[in-house]
Amino acid sequence: MQIPSKESVNFMSKKFLMGNEAIAHAAKNSGVNFVSGYPGTPSSEILETCAKIKTENMYVEWSVNEKAALEAAAGASYAGGRSMVTMKQVGLNVASDPLMSLAYVGVKGGMIVVSADDPGPISSQTEQDTRTFAEFAKLPVFDPASPEEAYEMVGEAFKLSEEYSTPVILRPTTRVCHGCATVEVSDVPEKHIPEGFVKDSKRWVIFPKLSYENHKKIEKRNARLSDIFSDSRFNPLTGSGRVGICAGGVSRAYMHEALDILGNPEVKILEVGTPFPFPERLAFEFLSGLDEVLVLEELDPVLEKALTYICGKYHLNVRIKGKLSGDTANAGENTVNSVCGYISKLTGTSVPEAENLPVSPTLPVRPPVLCAGCPHRASFYAVKQAMKGKKAVFCGDIGCYTLGNAAPLDMVDTCLCMGADITVAQGIKRIEPETVCFSFIGDSTFFASGITGVVNAVYNQTDIVIIILDNSTTAMTGQQPHPGTGRTMMGEISEKISIEKTLEAVGVRSVEICDPFDMENAKAVVQRAAEGNGVRAVIFRAPCIAVSKPAGKLAVNKSNCIGCGKCIREIGCPALSMRDKKAYIEPSLCTGCGLCAGLCPVNAIGGAN
Amino acid sequence: MVTSCLLCGVGGQGTVLASKLIAASAMEKGLFVRTAETIGMAQRGGCVVSHVRFGDKVSSSMIPEGGADIIIAFEPAEAVRNLHYLKKGGTVVVNKKAVIPITAALGGSSYSGDEMLDYLEKNTGRLIVADSDRICDECGSPKVLNVALLAYAARSGALGITVEELKNAVLARVPEKFHQLNIKAIEFAAK
Repeated sequence: MQIPSKESVNFMSKKFLMGNEAIAHAAKNSGVNFVSGYPGTPSSEILETCAKIKTENMYVEWSVNEKAALEAAAGASYAGGRSMVTMKQVGLNVASDPLMSLAYVGVKGGMIVVSADDPGPISSQTEQDTRTFAEFAKLPVFDPASPEEAYEMVGEAFKLSEEYSTPVILRPTTRVCHGCATVEVSDVPEKHIPEGFVKDSKRWVIFPKLSYENHKKIEKRNARLSDIFSDSRFNPLTGSGRVGICAGGVSRAYMHEALDILGNPEVKILEVGTPFPFPERLAFEFLSGLDEVLVLEELDPVLEKALTYICGKYHLNVRIKGKLSGDTANAGENTVNSVCGYISKLTGTSVPEAENLPVSPTLPVRPPVLCAGCPHRASFYAVKQAMKGKKAVFCGDIGCYTLGNAAPLDMVDTCLCMGADITVAQGIKRIEPETVCFSFIGDSTFFASGITGVVNAVYNQTDIVIIILDNSTTAMTGQQPHPGTGRTMMGEISEKISIEKTLEAVGVRSVEICDPFDMENAKAVVQRAAEGNGVRAVIFRAPCIAVSKPAGKLAVNKSNCIGCGKCIREIGCPALSMRDKKAYIEPSLCTGCGLCAGLCPVNAIGGAN
Repeated sequence: MVTSCLLCGVGGQGTVLASKLIAASAMEKGLFVRTAETIGMAQRGGCVVSHVRFGDKVSSSMIPEGGADIIIAFEPAEAVRNLHYLKKGGTVVVNKKAVIPITAALGGSSYSGDEMLDYLEKNTGRLIVADSDRICDECGSPKVLNVALLAYAARSGALGITVEELKNAVLARVPEKFHQLNIKAIEFAAK
């Protein structure tokens, strides 16, 4: 067989990829052997894509949570495999225990920790910044501005990780993760054969003495990395003039567009793709000769602080303008328009005038709601009805069911972080013994971080009712499998881990399972649980509408409907509205769950013809 | 030259696939493409927006205010909500049918969509109102809404993608069993 020469074949092809897909392709092409993670917007598609495109040398898993994912990836890397672990920013909090120590121990095979940040926040609890976390953990971090740069950075991060035996963080933000672009992708994945685990207790067993020695090495390495990053292609220094702009992440793209809009005023530009260790020598070169600098970044003022520090260290008389100085917004996302405003102020150029639209009619508000037919609606409604007139607190958790807080259900009184529903309820109960304390947790969250809370409740003899909303999937992030579904990302069927058996095994004496759509029974089950004592659990089991076939469609019999609106007022299903003073069911949304039909006082809702 | 198209609607209406089809058509013409999507919590009945931009060089995936050549709105109020993105003299393709949010149903508000269409009529250089209900009825499926709206946009000339190019994208990107249905919707809307 004749092998075509490198010159005659184009080994790259252009693909239209989402940032998350680009990261997955790059990892595959860098010879990644092990990919683990836990779903979380905006990071989930990275691991899903890895599973889709995996080679025979790749293992991919959804781990039970981010801590497990990171530890398993570290193990793979100890054995010489190249590994990547994916999560969203709050997932990094869960994984922070192993990460902080791993930073001291180091790795053998290249290891990338992808932690996706969510400025806005669009789908998160916090606006925390993984760049700050990287500095805290003393780990190098790459901050891509676009999907194609994310692709490039993954390859570079693996090289750096192996060369310096350290995990490297990649921190894309939502607009990079969920932005799509034309990306040049290699068609020839590198093949990496892991050496295997070589025993060396002085290397792999963390002890205070080792940590002290390694701490010194880490500081020395980071000073070296700062120097290397000063020459990195990911930190371009361009332009000239007396005023400068320093930008990071997707704000770099906004800056370029804003400069075009403003007619490209004279400005010196430093773009930073490697915010830690900060490229100090390069930044000094950038700052020299400038009067003032505008810093464009989202979340924390990481670049702004680094530049301010350098100005102090080298006695540079440059005004640094950003979040700390009050010149840019200190929360939320940047946009081309906000960046345009900042740059026009800096350079004295004027922003082209926008067309003034007259005041519009009042726009309908559209908060996200539980889908039509969602079993969580029935579960919340059953508990609400069962507890009518009684003193109760409803502790919620992270997932679609957080949306149970919306009117008219109004069934989520607290939401803190993954797994906190079960433990927060315990604390409230200690202070308010007369209140019935409920906790609501989904199946995936239960496995991720709910079980320890249940053990805590049983061990400390707390008195709470745990409601498990088992919809057989990880719904909010796009229907990922979990330990209770018995499917893995390698396409294998594993034994389903039973929620009820798990509860019983850790000492929960009362566990009842019921279908939330069987409303009378569901209410009775909740009432029984509420009247009991100790740790009681109710499992509401009905599949997510996204993973099950609809039962059919319901319609309102107009001649029977009295227009009382009870169906709308009680459950807030998005398929229901009033039309010509009668209830109306939108057929494209209805799944035939029957919850509204059971509420109708005149039986006007039935099967559609 | 960059063409910027903003798609907006309500979570679940199929804006993401629509933006992918435009992107595929532009890629086919050898253009550089960037898009940005709403994925996550807002997909549950919230407002969703997709930005699609293509040309020889595109800096940002997000369209600046006053930067969209065309807005394809899957719902009248969403067109109004995003009208500040439209370039002076730009085109708006809007689906006539309103999606009544449950908050309006609960609060007894009278939102019907008509006041939004009136507002658009007065404040848009070029407005194309699509009767997608008729198209969906004609094709026998509510799922063709996105493709039908794209066909209106293609026919308007403001999208920079022709009806033929759109058809090719559908054939290349949509599962084969839905080809006939979607092509029918395009032909009906492009008439």
